[in-house]
Amino acid sequence: MSNFVNKKRRHMNHDAYPDNYIRAILNSVKSIAMVGASPVNVRPSYFAFKYLAQRGYDMIPVNPGHVGKELLGKPFIASLSDIGRPIDMIDIFRNSSHIMPVVEEALTLDPLPKVIWMQLGGRDDAAALKAESVGIKVVMNRCPKIEYGRLSSEISWMGVNSRTLSSKRAPAPTQGMRLSLNRMSVGGGDTAASDRAAKNKTEQS
Amino acid sequence: MSDRLPGFSTLAVHAGAQPDPTTGARATPIYQTTSFVFNDADHAASLFGLQAFGNIYTRIGNPTNAVLEERVAALEGGTAALAVASGHAAQVVVLQQLLQPGDEFIAARKLYGGSINQFTHAFKSFGWNVVWADPDDIASFERAVTPRTKAIFIESIANPGGSITDIEAISTVARKAGVPLIVDNTLASPYLIRPIDHGADIVVHSLTKFLGGHGNSLGGIIVDAGTFDWSTGGKYPMLSEPRPEYHGIRLQETFGNFAFAIACRVLGLRDLGPALSPFNAFMILTGIETLPLRMQKHCDNAKAVAEFLAGHPAVASVSYAGLASDKYNQLARKYAPKGAGAVFTFGLKGGYDAGVSLVSKLQLFSHLANVGDTRSLVIHPASTTHSQLDDAAKVKSGAGPDVVRLSIGIEDKEDLIADLEQALGA
Repeated sequence: MSNFVNKKRRHMNHDAYPDNYIRAILNSVKSIAMVGASPVNVRPSYFAFKYLAQRGYDMIPVNPGHVGKELLGKPFIASLSDIGRPIDMIDIFRNSSHIMPVVEEALTLDPLPKVIWMQLGGRDDAAALKAESVGIKVVMNRCPKIEYGRLSSEISWMGVNSRTLSSKRAPAPTQGMRLSLNRMSVGGGDTAASDRAAKNKTEQS
Repeated sequence: MSDRLPGFSTLAVHAGAQPDPTTGARATPIYQTTSFVFNDADHAASLFGLQAFGNIYTRIGNPTNAVLEERVAALEGGTAALAVASGHAAQVVVLQQLLQPGDEFIAARKLYGGSINQFTHAFKSFGWNVVWADPDDIASFERAVTPRTKAIFIESIANPGGSITDIEAISTVARKAGVPLIVDNTLASPYLIRPIDHGADIVVHSLTKFLGGHGNSLGGIIVDAGTFDWSTGGKYPMLSEPRPEYHGIRLQETFGNFAFAIACRVLGLRDLGPALSPFNAFMILTGIETLPLRMQKHCDNAKAVAEFLAGHPAVASVSYAGLASDKYNQLARKYAPKGAGAVFTFGLKGGYDAGVSLVSKLQLFSHLANVGDTRSLVIHPASTTHSQLDDAAKVKSGAGPDVVRLSIGIEDKEDLIADLEQALGA
């Protein structure tokens, strides 16, 4: 059962994503530009950047405040327009009120990114609508690190309900290895609490 | 790849477990080790900084325990869980994340006697003040709310009398007060009641009881429903504020809808230390695989025994929500349609002495201080589990001097009834 963006009804239900939608995104994108990436190693963006790099994604840190420095060996870029090569996904680590300008800049890129992802706590339905209207897949209020960890069941080490099952023997994970995300899904996800958190959010760096 | 929703029994067998990547072992291995080797210094730093998923030390997490945690989270419909050494440890760890000294929590008066003691005495020494409310009077919860209230605590099926709590009504009070509802679901198990479906934000269990089910291993667990927003108003600083223990990480911001379970692990279990043995986790996991089968048999047997007792001339009263005549039968039909549990009380016309006599004459029922075993159990709460309460509190918590508590096992019901008949009759 596939639940990708329906051709007649172009827009996702952004309250609960089918696992197949998230799985297809994480299985297909290779390069990810992270807007708002922080070099401070206790910030969520640092966690996610490092994890996704270790899982083999081509990570590009975008943050005008840190140009001239590097994040885990990757030079900071000032803006999406300065990347100068096609990117598959833009991961926006900014709070909801700063999302629209990033999406508007993303829509000027040629070629367009395939996916725009807004982090846990980030949601802007109008920006999502703009992106979806030109065929870009949108994920809001989710963390790609958590979703990758969940669908691979790697996050189960922390007692998290991966909402997946498998009777297959997985290879022993090693550093830098891509993990299989193709486990059987136990169904839906509830984001009501994190949606409330997004609405109440006042600060995010 | 289908997004089909598996049933409860499938989850009871499979959730959280997969063949061991290294050996192919199909049963979950017992990882009886204190510690886990790091790949290199950066990996170690990532794990300690909560940046990577993985194992460090069994006081913080263990692969066998992790299977148990994910399984119970799946059965309860939560986002994550944390296994600890006992049900009591679960309660300490949960409240440590929510209360600062001087804060209050509201608890239903009908609780396991050990919880009443823990809340009244041990928690008082931490400056956590319990305020009691009556689960049969929802307004008493509303009246108990103050600006210092940080949580509401109830049991889904209350020990010892087997009464059913109106979880939805109390969750409405909790939502209005802006505090999480904690439900101890030990006596129901998720097979009978899933409190998260009725508005619970946190579920706790003594795994020692029906989940483990065989009377062989202590354990406790905390399930995070992922439903509560911890970020508002700095009311829950363990979750919303930068944590000095982790160089300024904010847990809710970093872990989203399973931040509470992470707080319990990295601030509670890590620093208080009540870790569950991986061996116990293995025993409990094995028990959970048959939970649906056992729980139905427990309930069917309990109903038959309660009906027998209700018709016996030596019995003054039976408090079992599964009986049509019971005060809690309507709530049982709503919350626990598959069965009203297997722990209940009855009163003897002969009072305290008749209770003592009954316990001594029973041949199959074991006289001990536990519930939720395969074996049928009997106890006289007034002289044991609830003995530290004063007389008025005993009656209020459903453990008056004439009351006997049964925990019905999975033997043949005819044998249980025959045992009670000979012990009551002679």
